[in-house]
Order: sequence, then structure tokens, then C-alpha cells
Amino acid sequence: MDLTLKIWRQKNKDDKGALKSYDIKGVSPDSSFLEMMDLLNNNLIEKGENPVAFDHDCREGICGSCSMYINGEAHGPDRLVTTCQLHMRKFKDGETIHIEPWRAKAFPVIKDLVVDRSAFDRVMSAGGFVSVNTSGNTQDANATPIAKAAADKAFDAATCIGCGACVATCKNASAMLFVSAKVSQLALLPQGQVEAQRRAIHMVEQMDHEGFGNCSNTGACEVECPKGISLENIARMNREFLSATITSES
Amino acid sequence: MSTSNGMTSIARKFFMALSGFFLIIFLLQHCTINMMSVFSSEMFNSVSHFMGTNPLVQFALQPVLAFGVFFHLGMGIYLEMQNNNARSIKYAMNKPSENASWMSRNMIITGIMVMLFLGLHFYDFWLPELNIKFIQGDMTGLNDAGNFRYYEELQHKFHDPIRTGLYVLAFVFLSLHLLHGFQSAFQSVGFRSNRWSPVIQKLGNSYAIAVPLGFIVIAVYHYINA
Amino acid sequence: MTKLDSRIPEGPIAEKWTKHKNNINVVNPANKRLIDVIVVGTGLAGGSASASLAEMGYNVKAFCFQDSPRRAHSIAAQGGINAAKNYQNDGDSIYRLFYDTVKGGDYRSREANVYRLAEVSANIIDQCVAQGVPFARDYGGLLDNRSFGGVLVSRTFYAKGQTGQQLLLGAYSAMSRQIGKGKIKMYNRHEMLDVVKVDGKARGIIARNLVTGEIERHSAHAVVICSGGYGNVFYLSTNAMGSNVTASWKIHKKGAYFANPCYTQIHPTCIPRSGDHQSKLTLMSESLRNDGRIWVPRKIEDVEAIRSGKLKPTQLNEEDRDYYLERRYPAFGNLVPRDVASRAAKERCDEGFGVNKTGEAVYLDFASAFMRYGKEKAMVEGIEDASQEKIRELGEGVIEAKYGNLFQMYEKIINENPYKTPMMIYPAVHYTMGGVWVDYNLMTSIPGCYALGEANFSDHGANRLGASALMQGLADGYFVLPYTIGDQLADDIRTGPISTDLPEFAEAEKSVKEGLNKLVDNKGTHSVDYFHKRLGKVMWDKVGMSRNVKGLKEAIAEIQKIRSEFWSDVMVPGGVNEMNSELEKAGRVADFLELGELFAKDALERNESCGGHFREESKTEEGEALRNDKDFAYVSAWEYTGEPKDAILHKEELEFKDIELKQRSYK
Repeated sequence: MDLTLKIWRQKNKDDKGALKSYDIKGVSPDSSFLEMMDLLNNNLIEKGENPVAFDHDCREGICGSCSMYINGEAHGPDRLVTTCQLHMRKFKDGETIHIEPWRAKAFPVIKDLVVDRSAFDRVMSAGGFVSVNTSGNTQDANATPIAKAAADKAFDAATCIGCGACVATCKNASAMLFVSAKVSQLALLPQGQVEAQRRAIHMVEQMDHEGFGNCSNTGACEVECPKGISLENIARMNREFLSATITSES
Repeated sequence: MSTSNGMTSIARKFFMALSGFFLIIFLLQHCTINMMSVFSSEMFNSVSHFMGTNPLVQFALQPVLAFGVFFHLGMGIYLEMQNNNARSIKYAMNKPSENASWMSRNMIITGIMVMLFLGLHFYDFWLPELNIKFIQGDMTGLNDAGNFRYYEELQHKFHDPIRTGLYVLAFVFLSLHLLHGFQSAFQSVGFRSNRWSPVIQKLGNSYAIAVPLGFIVIAVYHYINA
Repeated sequence: MTKLDSRIPEGPIAEKWTKHKNNINVVNPANKRLIDVIVVGTGLAGGSASASLAEMGYNVKAFCFQDSPRRAHSIAAQGGINAAKNYQNDGDSIYRLFYDTVKGGDYRSREANVYRLAEVSANIIDQCVAQGVPFARDYGGLLDNRSFGGVLVSRTFYAKGQTGQQLLLGAYSAMSRQIGKGKIKMYNRHEMLDVVKVDGKARGIIARNLVTGEIERHSAHAVVICSGGYGNVFYLSTNAMGSNVTASWKIHKKGAYFANPCYTQIHPTCIPRSGDHQSKLTLMSESLRNDGRIWVPRKIEDVEAIRSGKLKPTQLNEEDRDYYLERRYPAFGNLVPRDVASRAAKERCDEGFGVNKTGEAVYLDFASAFMRYGKEKAMVEGIEDASQEKIRELGEGVIEAKYGNLFQMYEKIINENPYKTPMMIYPAVHYTMGGVWVDYNLMTSIPGCYALGEANFSDHGANRLGASALMQGLADGYFVLPYTIGDQLADDIRTGPISTDLPEFAEAEKSVKEGLNKLVDNKGTHSVDYFHKRLGKVMWDKVGMSRNVKGLKEAIAEIQKIRSEFWSDVMVPGGVNEMNSELEKAGRVADFLELGELFAKDALERNESCGGHFREESKTEEGEALRNDKDFAYVSAWEYTGEPKDAILHKEELEFKDIELKQRSYK
């Protein structure tokens, strides 16, 4: 396959950046999108040019590193995949492909297609945990039975990979799907119930503080999420948060 | 709901939804009363007179309604500005239609269109009403001939094909706004369940089509009969 | 040769750990505030260690090269985590888990460490559940278990096919809590490039800020390396692209012995390579072998017809198929251990029977499972006289419920429907059992420097059982290091903060900077990947699933050659003081080029077949692996002296007091 790529190039966070056009030939339709990028970079290096910087690591759709806005969609046109699992057979020979970084004020560009997603880490530090210290003396794992339905729902919420596609996709750059997945997971489990109210309040406050936009329930995040995290989680977080603010003591 | 940093995003959305619910109920009421004009001018006249002169409606509900409308508008604009600010550099290539409906993405446009229409609507009905009742001090609701003036005024307004057209257009925007807004409000207050959400979805779609359609029918009916 | 002191406590094996905990030094809570610990890597081992140490009161500085600790490659583990809980009442016990692990490791692991691992395994599950890890449960609300290869009980806890992810997110959330409290200072996008020793003790690291390129000095009273395995020395593996040996290799060069580098696990069920563009291999859970039958065509002309697309595998008659595992190992059939299954696939493909265009693939066929399950389902649903098509359709439904996500993943990558045509699989490098040598306290041969998880060598011997890697990472981080580190740090309560102005820091920084400048200034003609691919090919062909003297000697010479070419001809674009992913890769590949040679040297020295290490010189008459306990029941710990070829071998003799050594047989 021969393709034209329009890629966002930006030297560093202070650089203005611009889309730059590249032609690439002989791409195997069986290669993944990132392998196509590898090929491009190899060509650039052998010409003595700077390769395109992009985040990637596991290349099997679970680490959440890869983050490209491809042809107007987060992780490209395929559904329920990350960019590393997107294959070139989804594109046509001769096609022009736009590749941009995630765009959000809370995710500033570091270089080319690499963005800083540490806002997510800070939201997690604000309350995305159960306050339990390591000890060999926690109660036995089977001491508290958990209904299978709740456990399964908690698991579904917990499969979030923190890639940021929800933010990138949302017209408001809202992080509600990410935050609600964690709030939901822990609110659904008895272990997390104890501090559920505190957690919801602190995580939401931190989310706002980071400069993410407001949720307007368009549902785009759910569609583009590579793990299919449900909007149900956002409703649950709204519920958790509202009841927390009404009943909270502090 | 307010925190050290002021109101949180979820609280804002919550109040947006509450004012939305309030306006949804108001619209239903408004549409019902107006619909009477299609069936019976007497009934329409008497209900209109009651609504226009009852102190509870005028001095308790009307200010609440006005607050609801302006809050919904003001908050909507504020949220939109914040949302715009959350992505200062836009995508060069974006395909939002791949993952979200036009209605959900353009609430600000449909909302402002409805608000602009409200300006016309106030000019048409509310301002003259205020003038007659509170400036001229005529609380009788009667015209020169000694009949209730409401039905007559209503018909009079829809003489003009352009005005009728504007009204119809505004109701289309209202419908688009409601198609997303109705179910979105439920999501914002945290109501979602596998059992009830499909019902709400259907109910919302029916409402969003039926109520504006009702208004359109009323406008067109009076245009034809005027 | 010096004798290595593994500091295994005296006494009966079941009491060693308890006794040891009672006897080692403890730092009092007030003094822990005065002590800094650096943790490099934030996977299961590093994440759990960071969180636990911070909870105890130490000041932790944690480093990861990814943009967030949550991205470490532990996240990709699929199957599950073992624990001797005996929830299924099937006779599981600490001893049985211990026994299975030692046997599975082909009697090349350290008994005392493995026993401790089995002992704390149950605590891990308790801890993770308390953290909110959503393990699979049954309808009664209790935890569910599944069974894994090589064992006779159900002791594997799991969260669908994403157990590693859920456990890592548990550790990450525990870390997040400490980060929020300021007890962990997190350094994302930082790569450790050297360890700093002061008076013989590990006292800090030199790290590169991968965003700005700045070289930073970080001091601490102890350094903990949790940087994972080195499977990427093969270029293609199931490891993440960034997985590397650099942290382990740097401490090795400063005095930490490197143990058993040749022990590598090659996993039999991976998605085959599709061409030269391929950057990594994707694993498919071993559980597929429970229902799939592995075969290649019996006749070479059928192979050719299949490769050229003239023949479909489904058109081949039963008698023209060679179910080679069932043929060679009638007792275990398709369920032989990973190493055996991998070698058998390679043997067939080497003979020319590989079924895809690269010649490196065998079929994993679910056709008979579809029919078997379909018949069962038809019975259950009361469908009489069901047609063959109907039965197959029902069977496909059953398989979909069991492995749907794997089948979907396969289809995304290969673009073939595995319900309609047999899957293709091929072995791939998956895990490295070898690693930095550590004593019972998990301390390396540098005082104050520790290695945890896949980065160390201690628990899996020559072969790791499924679902044991997660167990080891978390055991080391949650329940071993937090106790054992006190033994060393108790001496440091009066040391005070370590200054980064010490000459040792300046010197280490200088040499790191020189190394980076050398790479950038080289301006050669080939990219880093070019050399990495060449190294990978040598490793795969000659130090891969099957090794012999001739190949290993050639490999050593070839790796030396590639290394010297690398240093004279590598092209690293961009500068040092900026984000530069090629520079990062170059540094890692430079270390792989040294490790690769030591790897081959170790494989050459160990003239026996054990676990993942198969020497053609040491096999039975039927061609099966033959262990040599008389001459090789030891750990090879290599000391760095300047060049990999000059590395000095230290032997830690392995004593098996509680388990009888037996030759494995799966016939």
C-alpha cells in the first residue's frame, strides 16, 4: 500500500507545531498502524531526519500508551481497539491519513504525537484507591461474599486502560468516563464502599481542577473507548457524587 | 455541592438538568393549554385568563419560570465557554458524527435558537400582556367588545406567514434540543438503569417530537384559520 | 571460584521464613522517616514494593520510563495468579504449590525461596481483594478458580483474561494513595542509566528525564530494581516494546552477579509472525490448548499447496494430518508443558511443515472441540437428530463463551475467522527466568541494592509455571522486601541524607553523559532497529528453543561482531537534551548486545537440558530433554569484569532436601 500521511510535528511543548505531509510506500496491509509508523520512522532515520515521536509500549491493547487521533477519531476508524491493534487493512491504498495528538488543555503536547497525561495520575492520587495498608493480616479474601453481578460490573469498569481516548474524543475534553470508571469500580465493591463518598468528591474536584471540560452526555466517549466502558458509570458517579455532597459531613 | 473551588462540574450539570426538567414540565403545560385553542376558544380563553390573573401563577410561578429560563440559558453558555476552553487547539481533522448525534453536539446552537425565538415570543405575547395588565392596569382580560381577548390575539399573531414560519422553525430547534436534552437530564442526575433507561429514551423521543409538533400544529392551524 | 552466600536461614523449610522474620533487624517507625529508598520500575514488583515501603514510613522515590506507573508490562498478563488457598477443597497446600513450582522449574530453583513464595501466596489474594481487585466470582459471591498447565489442582485466581491488569491497577492505586500523601515521589518518563555506589553500597542512581533529556542524580539509602525481564534481546517477543535489561545490566556492571541468563521461556501459543514489518508478538492464553488440537500436514506437497493458497486446511483428510503432540506424547497430548510444546512445533517447522508463508506456524484446530461441545449442548437442549451443521454451530457458541475475546483478537490481527478455519500459532519468547542474582533477602551482590520480580532469578528455576509470575512479583513487593530491607537499613538510621554532590555521583553522571553523547555523535548509517533485528535473529536461530555447541559459539562471535558494528555504525538522530526515543532505544540495545553474549555463554556452559534450556547434546534417545543433576545442579551467577566473554562464573549449589529430583516425562 502507498499512503500519504499528514502528521502533527511539534518539537517540544513550547513549539507551535504544524501538520507535515509524508509519503510512504510499500506498507503491508497486515501490519499494524504502529508498524506502519515504525516503517516511516525508519525511512526518516535513514534519511537523517528526526523520527516522529509517539507513545507506545505493549502493542497488544492493554497498557494504554498509544494515543493517536487518526482521521478524525481516537484510535482510528476501528471500534474497540487501540491504535496498536488497528491494522492497515482498514485503510485504502492511496489514502491520505491525518494523524494528530490527543487535544485537550489538560493533556498538553510534549512532542509530536506525545501528550502529557499525568492529569489522570493526579486524579487517581486524589482518591482512586481503597485506603488499606499492605499486611498479611487483612481478612480472608472469601470473608465477604460479593454478588457476581456486582463483581462483574466492577470488573467491567476496572478494565479502563487510562489511554485518554474519552477525553480526546469528547467535544468538551471531559474526563468523566475515566474518572467514573474508577469511582464505579470501587463503589460497587464492599471494600470500596467505606470511603466511597469521600472518593467521589475528591476525584471530581481534582478532575475539575485539571481543566477537563464538562460532560454533556453526548456518549462519544463510550463509542470510542477501546475497552467499551459504559456510560452507566458516569450516571453512577453522578449519583455517588450528588448523594455524597448532600450527606457528607465535611 | 459547592466546594472550595466553587461549584463542581457535576453540580453544574445537576442544576442544568433540574432547570431542564422544570422547563420540560412547563412546556407540557404550555402546550396543553395552547392546544385547547384548537378545540375550543372558550376553554382557551378561560384558562388563559386564569393563568394570566391568578396571583399564585403570576407572582410565584412566573418568577420561578423566568429564573429557570435564564439560569438554563446562562449556565448553558457558561458551560459551553468552559468546554471550549478545555480544548484550545482544535483538531485539523475531526469526525464527530462517527460517535455522537448532531443533537447532542449542538445543544448550544439549538438552545440559543430557542432563546432567540423566546425574544420574539415575549415581544409578541408577554410584553403586550405586561403592558395591558400592569401598566394600563386592565386585569379584566376583555377586549373592547367585552369578550375575552386571548383567542383573538392568538389568531391575530398567526396572520403573518413569516412569523408562523419562524415559530415552526423554532419548534424544530426545540425538538432537536429536547431529543438530546430529555434523556441527558436523567443521566446528569444519575438516573440510569438497564430496565428504565430504554423507557426514558423512548419517552424522551416521544416527548421531543410530540410537544413541538403540538406547537407547530397550533401555529399552522391558526394560520390557516386566521 | 568463590562460594556465594545465599543467606538461607537454618531450620526446617516450613519454619525458615517465620524464623528469619523474627531474627532480622527492624527499623523503628520514627527512623523510617529518615531513610530514602529508590525503586526502579513500577510493575507488580515495583508498584507493590513502593506502596508497601511508603506505607511503612520510608521515603520512596519511584521511577518508570512510561508516562504512568500503570503502564508497566505486568499489565499484559492474561491468565491468572496462583495461591495456595485450597478454596476448592482439592487438596492444595503450601507444600503442593511449592512442590509444583520446583518441579515445574525443572529443579533449578532455590527451595527456600520457592517455599516462602508459596507461603505468602495466600496473603496476596487477601491483600488484593481488600484493595478492590475485582477477581472472578461464582454465584455464591465467593472467589472462583481455574486450573493451569502442569498442576493437578485449581488454584489460579483470575479476572477474565486481564488478571495482570487488575493486579497492577491494584498496586498502582496503592501507590497513588502514597503519592497523594507525598510518601512516594513519582518520576514518570525517567530512565535509570546507572547505579551509584558509595563505600561499596548502592546509594543512588543516575536517571535521564526522558522529556527534557536532563541527566539527574538521585540519592537514597537503598536501590530496588524491579525492571522486569529481558526477553526483548530476541527483538521479537511478547514483551512490551520498551521492556529492557538496562537497569539490571547497569547494576551487573557495577558488581551485581547475573544468574542463569540462558533460562528463557518460549510460549507455544502466540500469533505467528506475518512478515518482516512485525514489531512484536502477541500471546494467546495457554488455556486454548485445553480444547484445541495441534497439527501440521503429513505430506510436504500439502504444505506447499496450503502456502500457495491452492488448498484450505479444512479440506485435508484426517489421515493427511499429523497431530504431532498426540503422536509423540500420548499421555499428555496437546497439554504437554510449554517448553515441550514449543520445541515440538519448531521441530516440525524446521522440517518444512510450517503452514504459513513464513514457514513458521502450526495449526491449532478447534473442529473436534466444536463437535464435542456441540453434541453435549444438543443433548442439554434436547435437540434430537441435530444435523452436523447445527452441532457445529452449537459448539462454536460454547467455545465463544469460553475464549471469545481471544478469537476476536486473533481475527483482528490475522484477518481470518478462527471459527471457520484453524488458528495458526507459533512459539514466541515470553518470560526470562534468569536475572540478577539475589540472596534470600532479595539483595543482589551489591549491598543495599535489591532485585525483585522478573528482574531477579530466584523462584522459577529453568521454567516458570503459568500464573506464577504475578504471584512472584507481588510476593516480593508486598510481603518479602518490606521485611528483609530492614535488615540492611537498620544500619542507616544515623547516616542522614546522602548527598548527590559526592564524587561518586559526579563520576557516574559523567560516564552516563559520555555514553549518550557517543551514541548521538556517532552519525552512522543504520537505525537502532537494524542492529536489534540482527541481534534478535542470531538469538532466535542459535540461542533459541534448541541450542548446541557449534551454534552457541557462532552466536557469541556474531553478537560480538554486531556489537562492534553497532558502536561504529549506528545512527541516532536528534540530540541528547530533548525527548529522543531513538536515543532511549539505542541505550537499551547497547545493553542487549552485551547481555546477548553472556546469555549465549551461559547456554554454552550449561551442557544439560533443563526446562526452557534445551541442549541438543543432552537428550534421551527419543530426543527428549535430559537433565544432568550430577554436574549442573547449581545456579550460574556471572560476575562482570569488563567484557561479557571475560565474565567469571560463580556457582551456587542447589540443595534439594525436601523434594526428590526426578526426570520429567510426558510420554
